[in-house]
Amino acid sequence: MGRLIRLDRTGHTTLAEWSVDRTGSHTEAVAAFRRELDAGMLASVQRADGSAEVVRELPAEAELVVLRRPIAGG
Amino acid sequence: MTEARLKKPPAPPGTRRRPGLEEAAALWWRAEVSEESLRRDGRRWTLWTMAVVVVFTAPGIGLLALSPWTLPVALGCFAHAWIVPRLQARRGAGSLVPLGGERSGARRDGADTAAEGVALGLLGDLVGHRERELLRRSGVAVQRGRLGVWLVGERGAIMVRPGGRRVDCWCVRVAETEGLPAADRVAHLLLALREDEAGFAMVANLGFSGAAWRLRRGLPESARPAFDAARELERSGC
Repeated sequence: MGRLIRLDRTGHTTLAEWSVDRTGSHTEAVAAFRRELDAGMLASVQRADGSAEVVRELPAEAELVVLRRPIAGG
Repeated sequence: MTEARLKKPPAPPGTRRRPGLEEAAALWWRAEVSEESLRRDGRRWTLWTMAVVVVFTAPGIGLLALSPWTLPVALGCFAHAWIVPRLQARRGAGSLVPLGGERSGARRDGADTAAEGVALGLLGDLVGHRERELLRRSGVAVQRGRLGVWLVGERGAIMVRPGGRRVDCWCVRVAETEGLPAADRVAHLLLALREDEAGFAMVANLGFSGAAWRLRRGLPESARPAFDAARELERSGC
């Protein structure tokens, strides 16, 4: 099962969850994902080894996709 | 968010888009950060520090050679030679804002304690067991990278270079922190670092590079265990 979360003022919000058993759940998650990217959020897939990969499309096989705001030099 | 991104000048036609961190891709005019560029920057910082010491120490010695009565002025020169590098190191140490520290966003008026708790829970899930304990004790997240071992705070990051003797301090933050819990700010920087280490260093601004012992004394007491652990990680190569 995959989960799409957004880091925000509440700590984090789960925007969508999808699995192969639930027909259409991935399509809904993709729509939510696109909305967030259009609003300026950035997404990455978290790997079990502690690494992360930037994604611009929602991978169906991902377990956790995190949306965050951009960073900048201080 | 979108406005901040639009402020950057567009890349000239034909510029290849950099893969990895989106924020780094937008900085098309900046040079890539690599082992070599970090070594070069480190050498520049060392030369600069040596120059400061020489420029202030030499006149002091010269004055004393001319007359012992110039001792007060000479001492002023020596004090400058000591204090300028120390201030640089303090500034570098100050770029790191640990969770729960004096400058932590969690201490601001109106901070949402429930949101802070949720954010801290997620951050705890993101880091490993050992790093979680260090995070609890020191308020910074430790992350091993290809270029070194990183300490990430709410703002700022410190990278312990291979061997553990040199450290680089980076000024970096979430572009728009409004309403964001303190632990989420750490999570933002940690995720960006994991996504693309070189890109992260490219976006951040190098604020100090020098000996680890110089930096350590400027760090908040609470952050020192994580700093020592990062140095140990680098020394052991684990």
